[in-house]
Amino acid sequence: MSATTDYQALHWRLFTSFLSFSLVPLFVLGFFLYTQFSVSYKEKVLDGMRTLVENRKSAIELFFEERVSQLSTLAHSLEYENLIHEQYLLQVFNVMQTRSKSYIDIGIIDQNGNHVAYVGPHPELRGVNYKNEEWFMPAMSSGLYISDVFRGFRWIPHVIIAVTVRQQDKSFMLRATINLDIIENIVRSAQVGRYGDAYLINRNNILQTNPRFSGAILEQPAGPDFSRTSTTRLEEISLKEKRAFFAATYIPTTHWVLVIIEDPQEQLSPLLRARDWGGILFVLAVVMITLGTYMITRAIMTKLKRIAREKAVSDDMVFQSNKMAALGKMAAGIAHEINNPLAVIGEKAGWVKDLLHKENIQDNPNLKECDDAVTKIEYHVDRARKVTHRLLGFARRMEPIREVIDINKLLKDTMVFLENEAHFRDIGLVTDFDAQLPTITSDASQLQQVFLNIINNAVDAVDHDGEVTISTRFDDHANEIQVLVHDTGPGIRQENLDKIFDPFFTTKDPGKGTGLGLSISYQIVESLGGKICVTSEIGKGSTFTISLPV
Amino acid sequence: MSDIRVLIVDDEVDFLETIVKRLQDRGFIAKGAENGEQALDYLQHNTVDTVILDVKMPGMDGLQVLQTIKLRWPLVEVIMLTGHASVESGIQGMQLGAFDYVMKPARLDDLLQKIRQAVERKKLQEEKIHRAQNQ
Repeated sequence: MSATTDYQALHWRLFTSFLSFSLVPLFVLGFFLYTQFSVSYKEKVLDGMRTLVENRKSAIELFFEERVSQLSTLAHSLEYENLIHEQYLLQVFNVMQTRSKSYIDIGIIDQNGNHVAYVGPHPELRGVNYKNEEWFMPAMSSGLYISDVFRGFRWIPHVIIAVTVRQQDKSFMLRATINLDIIENIVRSAQVGRYGDAYLINRNNILQTNPRFSGAILEQPAGPDFSRTSTTRLEEISLKEKRAFFAATYIPTTHWVLVIIEDPQEQLSPLLRARDWGGILFVLAVVMITLGTYMITRAIMTKLKRIAREKAVSDDMVFQSNKMAALGKMAAGIAHEINNPLAVIGEKAGWVKDLLHKENIQDNPNLKECDDAVTKIEYHVDRARKVTHRLLGFARRMEPIREVIDINKLLKDTMVFLENEAHFRDIGLVTDFDAQLPTITSDASQLQQVFLNIINNAVDAVDHDGEVTISTRFDDHANEIQVLVHDTGPGIRQENLDKIFDPFFTTKDPGKGTGLGLSISYQIVESLGGKICVTSEIGKGSTFTISLPV
Repeated sequence: MSDIRVLIVDDEVDFLETIVKRLQDRGFIAKGAENGEQALDYLQHNTVDTVILDVKMPGMDGLQVLQTIKLRWPLVEVIMLTGHASVESGIQGMQLGAFDYVMKPARLDDLLQKIRQAVERKKLQEEKIHRAQNQ
């Protein structure tokens, strides 16, 4: 039916609009929060990296500044003549190494590049001439030289600090090899987490320390080239399909660049965990909202349908009541108009009969015929009279008598009239009375007419071999008594159900019913403040329910 | 029975004529009046036992005529004849003092029975009055 599809469409529309109004804000909020959170979390991670890289840079700078000032102080305060004695130099070296093992070895080089004194693990360097080494001339002229990592004569990566001092008219150079492990340690402390990395490069993008992962000292690093970095750079770069955070800072003292790499996957793992939890909560919220929306819309639709149904019923009642009133008026009008001519016809026929009976009709066949005809006329006037009188009964609106009635007793009294008939036709009259039924104030004789009518109809509907059940009950919600008359007859067809209370509507054979019984019953019950309704199922029977106010 | 005097009041002339004839035929002293005024006029000059009075008539209607009759000739019994949707008017008539009511079209036998009952009551009333006057 179209009403059902209408309801379904409305249900669907309500459901979707409720859902979208609930879910859209949730999605927007979720997206906004996630974006905001992830941006600020990333900023926090990058901030951490900036702090770390600058902190490590300071450590490296401090280390080199301390070494430079130590070496510079030594070179300026000690005599060249003493220093070239390796015994003396060893004493100096041991003093230097007491506080920290920052150095590998120490050597003195004269202005011609000759390695005049050496203390350290590489005695083969003693006497080597550095004059042609690329660092020698710049170191000699600038007074201070810090090398990149290089292999030199010993063929082991190392860094040197050379301090050139002028004493009297000679220059000499104090050259110390820095323990690379210390720098490596400083850098390594910036290798965060399981996948974080940190290394130093020089201005030519050559590794000055061993990275944790790919690459080795004096090679090129696997990552992007940060050798031109002038201050501090923070970047997120995808490398081989893998995202990585890079922080790079320039160390002026050594002209190196410190590069720190962090794995976002690892660094952002609290964020990702939060995202996963958020996702789960979000899905739960969506499920709950959907479920809630479904339940709410279903409740609304149920309520709506009930209201519509109740309205339809009450509309139906009003319509039926109006129809009955109009029909009543019409019936009364017609009955009146017919009664007067009928009265004349009846009287005329009576008069003719009176006259005929004064004649000797036995001897005159024609007069006998006339007498028969007049008798027939009187009979049919009588028949018509019954109809019009019933019609007037239907239309009448007598003030009902008010008396206290026990409905159960009234029903029992009424059934007495029908018991013989029912018994004769093998129809069982079953009663199911509510013993607690309250009494009502109404018109007993009118109600009896109604009960008689409806029970009689039920018996007629069953015809023979069946059952008519008469039950009573009290509906304390509506505060009314209900009398139910159920029959096991063939049921009433839907199209007839609407007309069943109309005057002259009958399904009985012509001449057997006037079609006024139910209309009159309807009128009576309505005038007593009650109502009659009927439900029926083809093949199963019908139930008439008479509701009467208490 | 022969001395029962009946006045029938109805605007339906065909009905009136016939019923008058039939009542006369049965030995009643029957007389017809076509409206309320005629009826009251007749009562003014004649003695009547029972009036059969149609409720719905042009001019004075049955209930008005009834009230006048009961006012002026309280002993005259009135039987209301109703053709209308008018059990009410019948009952109303009885409240106003009518003896009974008959619905049109009435069987003559019913009507005759009611006339006899009415006359009986009238006689009883008259006897009571008579006794009261003699005491």
